[in-house]
Amino acid sequence: MSVVTDATARSEDKLRVTRSRRNVAWTGAGAIVLIVVLGAFPYYVRSGTLAIMVQGLIVLTLASMWNLLAGYAGLVSVGQQAFFGLGAYFLLIPAMHGVSPFAALPIAAVGAGVAALPLWWLLSRLRTGYFAIATWVLASAIMLFIERFQSIGGGTGMPLPGLTGYDPAVLTAYTYWAALAVAVLAIAAVYFLLRGRLGLVLTAIRDDEQAARSSGVKVGLARLLVFVVAAVGCGAAGGILAIDQLQVVPGTSGGVFSVLWTAEMAFAVIIGGIGTIEGPIVGTIVYMVLQQTLQSYNAWYLIILGLVAIAVTLFARRGLWGLLDERFSIRLFPVGYYLWAPGETRRRRRSGTGSADTPAKADVSR
Amino acid sequence: MAWVNAIIQGILTGGLYALFACGLSLMFGVMKVVNLAHGDLATVAGYIGIGIIAATHMPFLWSVPIVVLAMAVVGYVLQRTLIQAALRRGELTTLIVTFGLSMVIENGLLQFFSANNRGLGVGDNIVTASFSIGSQIQVAWLDVIIFVLAIVVLLGLQYYMSSTKYGRLIRAVADDREAAQLCGADYRHVFGVAAAIAFGTVALAGMAYGMTTVISPTTGTDTILLFAFAAVVIGGLGSLWGTLIGGIILGVAQQIGAQLNISYELLAGYIVFLAVLVIRPQGLTTRRSQS
Repeated sequence: MSVVTDATARSEDKLRVTRSRRNVAWTGAGAIVLIVVLGAFPYYVRSGTLAIMVQGLIVLTLASMWNLLAGYAGLVSVGQQAFFGLGAYFLLIPAMHGVSPFAALPIAAVGAGVAALPLWWLLSRLRTGYFAIATWVLASAIMLFIERFQSIGGGTGMPLPGLTGYDPAVLTAYTYWAALAVAVLAIAAVYFLLRGRLGLVLTAIRDDEQAARSSGVKVGLARLLVFVVAAVGCGAAGGILAIDQLQVVPGTSGGVFSVLWTAEMAFAVIIGGIGTIEGPIVGTIVYMVLQQTLQSYNAWYLIILGLVAIAVTLFARRGLWGLLDERFSIRLFPVGYYLWAPGETRRRRRSGTGSADTPAKADVSR
Repeated sequence: MAWVNAIIQGILTGGLYALFACGLSLMFGVMKVVNLAHGDLATVAGYIGIGIIAATHMPFLWSVPIVVLAMAVVGYVLQRTLIQAALRRGELTTLIVTFGLSMVIENGLLQFFSANNRGLGVGDNIVTASFSIGSQIQVAWLDVIIFVLAIVVLLGLQYYMSSTKYGRLIRAVADDREAAQLCGADYRHVFGVAAAIAFGTVALAGMAYGMTTVISPTTGTDTILLFAFAAVVIGGLGSLWGTLIGGIILGVAQQIGAQLNISYELLAGYIVFLAVLVIRPQGLTTRRSQS
């Protein structure tokens, strides 16, 4: 969405640096149009379709957050269901005290973010693989802890109060708008965070953590920020799920603390393209299509998604969006920079120059 | 007396947890692979055992070496193909690949065996037999056997790694892959053998768990992987005997928690895990300089 200022500058003799090879003002305008069109969906789309879209938007929000964690900060968490579940409960508790569930959404998001702080303190001692399992253990421990409280449903769950007065169609529309708002905010937050200082810091860490550290980059702080932002996003998504299902059910199979939530977000990111903002969007679409076509075959969609994700990780690690980007050099959300060779203009595409949007080319291997 | 009982039961359960944990620890120690599918593979071993016994009606004891051997082959093949391919691409790739594998296995088991719990039919009264110490403490022979098995496995691993030629080769490759390769060792094959050994212990863990209680498709992640990991962290990362100490501490914590209130059992174990993470993130058995 950055307007390239020097589009007309004569540049035969000097190097130029812009955000993107292409002019992104159009994608900015396109994004706004898309949001308006999506926002108008409740007026001309059936409720059943809207309900599916709500699921898709939840997965999209989660995937964007997981992408920020794993794709940009190298933090492979398999315990994001902890924040997803906490978000649902942080929505349920105010709702039980008379707050409208929609108004409680910010509480759910902030609550999950605050909970992330002490958890980070524990997790920051572990790296990569052990970090991954530790997040899982923590998610399990948090679930067991929450199930201790009978007043919020214990181990069996609780219906969400405060939404009984709504007409079902109106409620579906409100839920959809809330889900859309959360997803748009999540993607926008990731985009603007990565465009700013944090994006630069994360790139520096990814390229050489030691060098970054010795140049004064606060590595721990950057990771903490990413972890908290991801928790906020997952918490908001959990709140949406509570509103969508009109109940909060804990438990590892089918409940808000199921690891399947993390599996879904991770697979969507990997298939779409890890380390790009567009990847989770593409991945979520693939995920929803697969889920809807295979839903009558029980667990098969997760088996297929898992196999596809493994194959993509091994053989096309930049995912579907990476394949598109290699071919056409498109960036809807440029967070890095493009280095123009002397004399290169927008019309003449030189082979071999490639794109220099470095943060977006996150290397999974690092 | 109830507390003494809880501690004895906890120590015995710790043997099972050490069995869960040593494969995870070995894979990390040698290949630097954190296998997120660890627990699911143990569950698979349990299901293979159930399947073999149901199909051939062979005595339970015969099925153990068959399952261990089968899992060792699976381990070698998996290491040479999927895990090696992931390792070449970096640490995060191995995590993603093994997580994908975990979800594929779990949902595959769900698809083919349904979510029902299954027990490993031993067909012998050893499962239910027990002896008593004093008037209030009942100790199941099965728990004792599994505890002894865990110690035998750990002793075997210790002996193999420190005293045999191939064990030393594995350690050499783990220490410095390039140098070992220059001396003529094919590190991929060595990794494969190490994975085969690790998967053999995984098979024992899965079968032992299937004997003591029941397994379901989600057992691997809900229980085995998380307990194995908690035991590894409590005992100290990369320490073989640490897994036994970690397993015992975890088991005792769970039994004491259960003694307070049956619903505290799992939570108590995790609280100890978190406490160790706060106080001694390097684990209880490793010195600070090693972590």
